[in-house]
This record gives sequence, C-alpha cells and structure tokens, in this order.
Amino acid sequence: MARIIAGVTSSHVPAIGAAIDNHRTSEPYWQRVFEGFERSKEWIAKAKPDVCIVVYNDHASAFSVEMIPTFALGTAAEFPIADEGWGPRPVPVVRGHPELAAHIAQSVILDEFDLTLCNKMEVDHGLTVPLNLMFGSPKEWPCPVIPLAVNVVMYPPPTGNRCYMLGKAIKKAVESYPKDLKVVIFGTGGMSHQISGQRAGLINSKFDHAFLDNLTKNPKKLARMDHLEYMREAGAEGVEMVMWLIMRGALDEQVDEVYRFYTVPASNTAVGHIILENRKKAGKKSATKMKRAAARSKVHRVRS
Amino acid sequence: MAAKPKTEKEYDDIPGTYVFDADRSRRGYHLNMFCMSLMKAENRKAFKENEAKYIEQRFPELTPEQREAILKRQYNRLLELGGNIYFTAKLGATDGHPFQHLAALMTGSTQQDYADLMLRGGRSVEGNRSRSGASAGKSKPKAKKGKKNRG
Repeated sequence: MARIIAGVTSSHVPAIGAAIDNHRTSEPYWQRVFEGFERSKEWIAKAKPDVCIVVYNDHASAFSVEMIPTFALGTAAEFPIADEGWGPRPVPVVRGHPELAAHIAQSVILDEFDLTLCNKMEVDHGLTVPLNLMFGSPKEWPCPVIPLAVNVVMYPPPTGNRCYMLGKAIKKAVESYPKDLKVVIFGTGGMSHQISGQRAGLINSKFDHAFLDNLTKNPKKLARMDHLEYMREAGAEGVEMVMWLIMRGALDEQVDEVYRFYTVPASNTAVGHIILENRKKAGKKSATKMKRAAARSKVHRVRS
Repeated sequence: MAAKPKTEKEYDDIPGTYVFDADRSRRGYHLNMFCMSLMKAENRKAFKENEAKYIEQRFPELTPEQREAILKRQYNRLLELGGNIYFTAKLGATDGHPFQHLAALMTGSTQQDYADLMLRGGRSVEGNRSRSGASAGKSKPKAKKGKKNRG
C-alpha cells in the first residue's frame, strides 16, 4: 500500500531560482535563505520518497487567461520546464508518475473533486524552486513528481476548506494504491507578500508565525479563514497559502513538526518552510514512540 | 457550508490593491495576452523595435486606455484596467528590469528605498488593512500615494 509519510511546505519565490541559476547562493543575502534548507535536504535524503506530489501554482506559464483550471493534476510521464521569458530554467525535466496520478484522479473525482487532468503541461518556478530547495541541483530529480496546479492567480482561488478537504481525498487515494510507495506531499507558495499595487511590499510576520503554528496543531482553524482575511493580513498574493492546506489535509490529524524555518525577505516575500511527519501507525513497538517523542523534542526552529 | 452571496466586493476595501477577479480577467483579457506574447524572444524584439505598431497590429482589441498604460509603463493603471501582476511583470522583464523596479514604480518609491523597506521587514500591515477602517485593524489607512502617483 502506498502511504504519505510527510508533508513539506516551502515558498517558491522566483528570485530564489534566479539566485541558484546565476550561482549567487553564497552571497550573504541568499545564504540566509539557503542555509535554512540545509537540514531539510538531509531530512529528505533520509526519507527517500518514491514519489512527491507538489501542490503549486502556475504563474502565467502553462495557463494564461485563456483557461483557468481551479485544480489541474499532471498525469503525464514528464513535464518540460517552461520558458518564463528568460529561457527555461536550467533544471532537469520533471518526470511524472502517470499510474499513481491516474489512480489519484479517479479516486478524487469520484470523491466529488472535479479535477482538470493535464496530459501535457509545462511547469514553472512554482514547482521547480521548492524541488531545488529540498533536493539541491542534481542532474536528475531523485524521484517522480506529480504536479497539482491550483489557481491562485484569478480571484477566487478555492477556499481553504476546499483545499483541506481535497488533501484528505488525496490521502485516501494514495492509501488505496496497491503498490508500496512512500509519498511526500509539498504545499508551496507564500508566506505573506504582496507584489502588486501601492501596497506592494507588505509582510506580516505575526500572521505567518501563527499560520505555521496552526498548520501543525490546528489546521481546521486555518481551513475556516476566508480569502479576505488572507488578502488583508498577508497581502493580495499571500492568499496562495491556501495551497498549504492541501498538503496538511493529506496528512494525519496528529503530526510531528520536525523542522521549521522562517526568514524575511527573499525579494518581496516572507519565506516560510515546515516539515511535518505522520506518526508511525500504532502497534509498531515502543521504539517508534520514543523516536516520535525525540522528534518532537528537537524540532528545529530557525528564524533569521 | 455555503458562503453568503457577496453583493459587493469586500476586497475593494483593501487599500492599494487591485484584486484580479473574473471581471478584471475579462476586461484585461487582451492586455494579459499581449503580456503573454512577450514570453517569446522574437516578439520581445518586435515590440521593442516599434511598440505602438506592435500593439496596434497584433492586439487591436486593446482599449485606448490600456494602450496608453502599456506605452507609458503605468503599472498600477495596468492592474486597474484588468492586467494581472504575473502578466504585467513580463512587460517589465522585456525592459530588462528586475521585479523590484516595478514594485518601486507601483509604490511610488525608488528601487533602493523599496529594497531597503523589504530588508527592514517589509511594509507593515498596521494602517494598511482597510480604506474604511472598518476591519480588524481599525486604524486609518495611510495616505495613499497611488492616486496622484500612478504608474
């Protein structure tokens, strides 16, 4: 049986991708950001997921204003890197997992979530920057990736509650897949930022920290937050944090927070990152319990 | 849990913000498609060679207001006329500007001042929540530079 072992959230600021592509990661400004992901790379190297589901949004790359799907699942065998105006980012092509993706599509649609399916789709920085942050810059991505693109560009995006419930449907879908696969789900985007209008530059760290706290402990509270509150408090573009709730919905109710990182700014955005692990199922020796307790006691919170 | 039908756009109460909703998406369709066209190098070249000709020939459906805002690089006005920031950013990129250049234009500051603002932790939400002051923030919105200082 396939299972979701953990969830990761991370901002997907395009300037982070540009810093990687232009070899500027050791500059002090960028070092502050990248250092926050060093432990995460170690974590994911140990976790060794067989597949990652990456929830992200397209930024006028694969979808323009011609068609605006609310939830678009990538069911292709591979996803080329989009040219966002400066040539495609020099990162590996993203390999998909068409069988698991088709299984998720079938399960989730019959669970009344009307996904759009994409057998051809280019992916942009929204998906590739979090992969870089977690996996570095390998020649090939270490595992297949199933992209789930969410409309957060045109108002209204799906509600936080809808996202949270979709996450639950994804969990059910993955757990009914017959092959033994370890899956990690990514929620990307955020945290607080506004990049448009006279209010551009808005950052609300208080909101962000509360969001991170609730993401771990009280996601249902976040699922009730309406779009107006996101836009008012976390910036017009901060509303994209609803995507994190898909990740959270796909995890168990009780999770262990094993890592957290927060820094301001990367370009115009507050960078937030968290790793949440599902607890091992009961009945598996007490060593598991001890491990879990140890994990909780040493949550690394990095703030710069 | 059906939400109450919204008869007015509550989000218009957020100062200095143009929410890209279905109405703006429809009004700005050709404007955003023009911006999309700039993702191709040959189009960027053709546009830079003769901007007015490019938009008149290829995007005749643009309104005179949209055309003017493009040519004058009035970024807030573009948002008001249905442009979306992820699309209008492509116009800025065509000019070779980093995003913070656009942000500085939209906020009526210099690029350096804007970059410094971000390094200091960004623009505070205090005083920037609401035009009416009716929201949780209660504080009056800060004087809006945008009206006089569009673009």
